[in-house]
Amino acid sequence: MFLILRKKVLAPTVTQFDVKAPFIARKRKAGNFVMIRVEEGGERIPLTIADSNPAEGSITLIVQAIGGTTKLLTSKGAGDSLLDVVGPLGNPTPIENHGVVACVGGGVGTAELFPIAQALKAAGNVVHTIIGARTRELVILEQEMATCSDSVTVTTDDGSYARKGFVTDALKALLDLPGSGVHAVYAIGPLPMMKAVSNLTRTYGIATLVSLNTIMVDGTGMCGGCRLTVGGQMKFACVDGPEFDGHAVDFDELMKRNRTYVDMEKITDERHVCRLTAVRQEEIR
Amino acid sequence: MSAVNPLKPSQRMKIPRQESIEQPAAERSINFLEVSFGFDEDRAVLESQRCLECKEPYCTDGCPVGIDIRGFVTLVLQKDYVGAVQKIREANYLPAICGRVCPQESQCESLCVMGKKLTPVAIGKLERFVADYEMKHQLFTPPVVTERREEKIAVVGSGPSGLTCAAELAKMGYRVTVFEALHAVGGVLRYGIPEFRLPKEILDLETERIKALGVEVYTNFVIGRTATIDELFDEWGFKAIFLGTGAGTPTFMGMPGENLSGVYSANEFLTRVNLMGAYRFPENDTPIKIGKAVGVIGGGNTAMDAVRTARRLGAERAYLIYRRSREEMPAREEEIHHAEQEGIEFLLLTNPLRILADENNWVQGLECQRMTLGEPDESGRRRPVPIPGSEFTVELQTVIEAIGQKPNPIIQATTPGLATGKRGTVVTDAQQATSRPGIFAGGDLSRGGATVILAMRDGKVAARAIAGYLQGLNSPPP
Ligand SMILES: Cc1cc2nc3c(=O)[nH]c(=O)nc-3n(C[C@H](O)[C@H](O)[C@H](O)COP(=O)(O)OP(=O)(O)OC[C@H]3O[C@@H](n4cnc5c(N)ncnc54)[C@H](O)[C@@H]3O)c2cc1C
Ligand code: SF4
Ligand code: FES
Repeated sequence: MFLILRKKVLAPTVTQFDVKAPFIARKRKAGNFVMIRVEEGGERIPLTIADSNPAEGSITLIVQAIGGTTKLLTSKGAGDSLLDVVGPLGNPTPIENHGVVACVGGGVGTAELFPIAQALKAAGNVVHTIIGARTRELVILEQEMATCSDSVTVTTDDGSYARKGFVTDALKALLDLPGSGVHAVYAIGPLPMMKAVSNLTRTYGIATLVSLNTIMVDGTGMCGGCRLTVGGQMKFACVDGPEFDGHAVDFDELMKRNRTYVDMEKITDERHVCRLTAVRQEEIR
Repeated sequence: MSAVNPLKPSQRMKIPRQESIEQPAAERSINFLEVSFGFDEDRAVLESQRCLECKEPYCTDGCPVGIDIRGFVTLVLQKDYVGAVQKIREANYLPAICGRVCPQESQCESLCVMGKKLTPVAIGKLERFVADYEMKHQLFTPPVVTERREEKIAVVGSGPSGLTCAAELAKMGYRVTVFEALHAVGGVLRYGIPEFRLPKEILDLETERIKALGVEVYTNFVIGRTATIDELFDEWGFKAIFLGTGAGTPTFMGMPGENLSGVYSANEFLTRVNLMGAYRFPENDTPIKIGKAVGVIGGGNTAMDAVRTARRLGAERAYLIYRRSREEMPAREEEIHHAEQEGIEFLLLTNPLRILADENNWVQGLECQRMTLGEPDESGRRRPVPIPGSEFTVELQTVIEAIGQKPNPIIQATTPGLATGKRGTVVTDAQQATSRPGIFAGGDLSRGGATVILAMRDGKVAARAIAGYLQGLNSPPP
């Protein structure tokens, strides 16, 4: 059992947990993830480790409640436990001094990007960060990002906050800026966003690393459920990734594959919502 | 000369080989309960009477762990079932499991003298009977560990090789810790072999017995990630390590359409169903989706388990697609037979070429080609050769590939100096020692896909070698 030490709501559907997992906290590097199971009978789902505190023996997970399992998870609080947490999995992000880099985060992807931006800054890069969200209240970690970035640009799709538009608009503006000298781009967010960023940077010939969220079961390379095509070859996201060259990833195939269980996820989701409301009603009684 | 069996050999030979009691095929192909109930006492005793009690029993030569088969069969005849299972356990710590999953027809039973002219003694079913008897009547007595030794030993992976190695070392008094990457113990016995062939209750019980020997178990612990091999030595203070991480990485055919929705590796399919309990969706959260028609590619135990599982999940047509003929299938004879009874359609001498998609990116068919058998290849089996112009399409919505696995590369990639062979296996000597002192390996990791009993054999050999290695470390240099 893995104890939840703290819980913090970052945005209406985005929650941060600090979880006791001393072995993982010691080893974790930027870019690693864990597989978790909330309770018996539950799914194994991957979550990026946003931060860790080896002294306390804790790791930080940031979760967006979108499906049954993530909603169940966000219903948990400090003092509750997660049944299983295993990691750190996946390859750490290759951190180099490129000179100038752009970090582009969309939605909760920003949480996954945060430790990478920190590491890039620490490696001596000039870091320009672009954060995108659908709307104002979904913008997360703006201040935290500012601590490790030379500039932070926020975009909202609906224009309710900061610059109206998509992250790609802001990125294009940055790349077009004379002398901006961006040498590498790190993009994490929804697949269509990472695809759009990769398409944009391809025309500029700027190396782009994306972090992929695929279907996963074990997260250790033994099921192949996480497979995708990169540069015409089959790769397993959990052991070969989760980060890949955005210019080589077959995003269209991956987006279709990720839709395999949408209808069944709805059933799980509804079931958990039912169960959660049942629990709440019990509490009220 | 026989002291126990009053029957003359000619009389024994008249007794027909006894059959297990089984769930009728029509019933069992829609449930996940165990297919076979094994022998009842009458059948077991009758079967034991068939044994000729050979002076030089060949059957034991066919057993990778050298069970005293004649000895235990004679105890069955004397109705000393607990004595019989104890005799087996001298050589094999997991009889209830081996009695169910070993390929006896190519091991002990293939060498049984009775099989020369008639049918061999049903050794596997007798083994299962005595193990089940002991379990049912709760007559198990745990081995007494007399000595305590200080050295800590790590066992990586909790499949049959790791569990056996851990049990053997614990019995010798060592302090053993098992590290398992998944959230549950058992390796393929947990996530691969389905409930209808090996009830998980049995695995749970065996695991508890091993823990009762003082073995500590860490699940959710990936060696190479959560801690490396070198950290186990340097920081955790382990003196020796056994690697039993199996061959869990699936391979794919490399044909077009493999990333469509509805295509699974057998490992993913079976893991979802067995480990994650997807057959009880939505009670359990992990989904599995299969179509009305399912095609499983391969001819081994994994393929057989996958296709029979698909049938139980409701596939109206479940095809087994294999490029050679029935004779060449590596699966256990009993599984092939059970699959046929359950209405699995065998498309033999058939090679898949590509998977066809519908407009939603789901599988809608499998294009195949017919094969014929040519000259024998290196493995001695006749090589399948395509028949030109024989292409045809099977209509189906799910494709499951069960064409083999290779070792998971995480440990090899994070352990300097560990020699690996072809297909990523870890190289060992006859004592299961690897190229690095203090590290031993066995099971599918060194063999690259073998059997439960060979994995157990390796675990046992390694346990003895580890004890020898540690004693060597302790004795002062001459
Ligand atoms: C579906 C299926 C059906 C089969 N049916 C039969 C049968 O009927 N009869 C038969 O004899 N054989 C059968 N086999 C083969 C048999 O199961 C294997 O040969 C045997 O299980 C190998 O045992 P093992 O101990 O080497 O490894 P495994 O059983 O593969 O166990 C390895 C364990 O190590 C863990 N692990 C891997 N990497 C790490 C790591 N880095 N850190 C920690 N833990 C790790 C894995 O999670 C796993 O639990 C079947 C195989 C399959 C897949
Ligand atoms: S070879 Fe067959 S008949 Fe002879 S002892 Fe073994 S089981 Fe009995
Ligand atoms: S999640 Fe199973 S292989 Fe990657």
